[in-house]
Amino acid sequence: MLEVKDLYCERDDRVLFEHLSFTLSAGQVLQLQGSNGSGKTTLLRILCGLNQDFSGNILWQGQAMSAVAAEFRDQIFFLGHAPAINKTLSPTENLRWFCASRGVNQISGIPAALAEFGLKGYEDVPCYMMSAGQQRRVSLARMKLLQTGLWILDEPFTALDRKGVKELETDLARYVSSGGSLLLTTHHPLELDCPVDVIDLDQRALEKAVS
Amino acid sequence: MNKSGQMGLGAVIAATVRRELLLAFRSPGDVINPVMFFIIAVTLFPLGGGTDSAFLGSIASGVIWVTALLAIMFSMDSLFRADFEDGSLEQLLMSPQPLYFLLLAKVFSHWLVACLPIIILAPVFATMLAMPEAGILPLVLGLIVGTPILCLLGAIGMALTVGLSRSGLLLAVLILPLYIPVLVFGTGMVEAAQGSLPYTGLLALLGAMLVLAICLSPLAIGAALRISVN
Repeated sequence: MLEVKDLYCERDDRVLFEHLSFTLSAGQVLQLQGSNGSGKTTLLRILCGLNQDFSGNILWQGQAMSAVAAEFRDQIFFLGHAPAINKTLSPTENLRWFCASRGVNQISGIPAALAEFGLKGYEDVPCYMMSAGQQRRVSLARMKLLQTGLWILDEPFTALDRKGVKELETDLARYVSSGGSLLLTTHHPLELDCPVDVIDLDQRALEKAVS
Repeated sequence: MNKSGQMGLGAVIAATVRRELLLAFRSPGDVINPVMFFIIAVTLFPLGGGTDSAFLGSIASGVIWVTALLAIMFSMDSLFRADFEDGSLEQLLMSPQPLYFLLLAKVFSHWLVACLPIIILAPVFATMLAMPEAGILPLVLGLIVGTPILCLLGAIGMALTVGLSRSGLLLAVLILPLYIPVLVFGTGMVEAAQGSLPYTGLLALLGAMLVLAICLSPLAIGAALRISVN
């Protein structure tokens, strides 16, 4: 589905990665590893089309990303560092607009999605009154509302409690086994019921330094 | 996974306007500030500039247009700031829906919240400043057509500077030159009407500028936002 060829990116005169190539197919999990500042978030943002400072080719379904940007956006769900939750709005209002901005008529599914993330009873509480973990859950509940083939998650486990982490891992495994592709960064040791491929950005930097 | 129906573009735009109005309603400070600035600045003019009604009447259109213009410029900061900080802007840019209409809906909501009260108050304050009666209709018409242009142009400047922590002065330097034609035609309409001259030509020019701004500025806003989130 997603094919990255010879990607090169530098930031502030520092090469983050070069000659980076990988493919991500349906039902595959790819975990990006690396220390802080190794370029994990930058790589995810490049793949999402939010960062244009790179060279190399990114192909989606065999076609250049820039040519199929609209189809690509329709097929991905991106969870970034920022929760993308407006704190003055309630979870329901946040998700309603999220659905609308994606062009998905899914308003009836919102209560169920929130309940699945343990937010039953918080549907109409303004988000600023909720804890960081609960806001994270609102953010995560969005993935239940879309039918996208690729999830790009940047540190999805941040601020979640232990039970929340377990549940999210189960959800991710279920998503992958139903044919979805998953690309994520996390410092948390993943325990998924499916094979996980790893790209270690630190390791790549080390190899480069040796050679 | 859930079954999901598609949503028409009209529904998407309506949902965006609804969200923006809801946000304005929840944090009324953002709504009241530009209007209060307008009210305070206009009422200070007679206090500082003398109460001679002939003099006040002659500067009334300028005072109202300039304070409205500044109030709108100051109000622009709230347009993308919160969305930029909480990450909603990234989601907006990654939406499969046409960004053009989403941005137009955002700017339109901002116009409803920040400019409509000013337009409604303008005839009241024009009367207070002893503006000759012939000038009031062209003043209001000019504001109705001119203020959306100011919002659209301001949104371009705001989109470019939203990533900077203190963007106020830079925003002013960027967009004030673009505001000048609107100001000139807007006050020109009032002057023409007060001199018993037809002002429809100037109104038509403003209208043409509005059409141009509606067509082109969402593209510029989108491009500027992509640079800002980079």
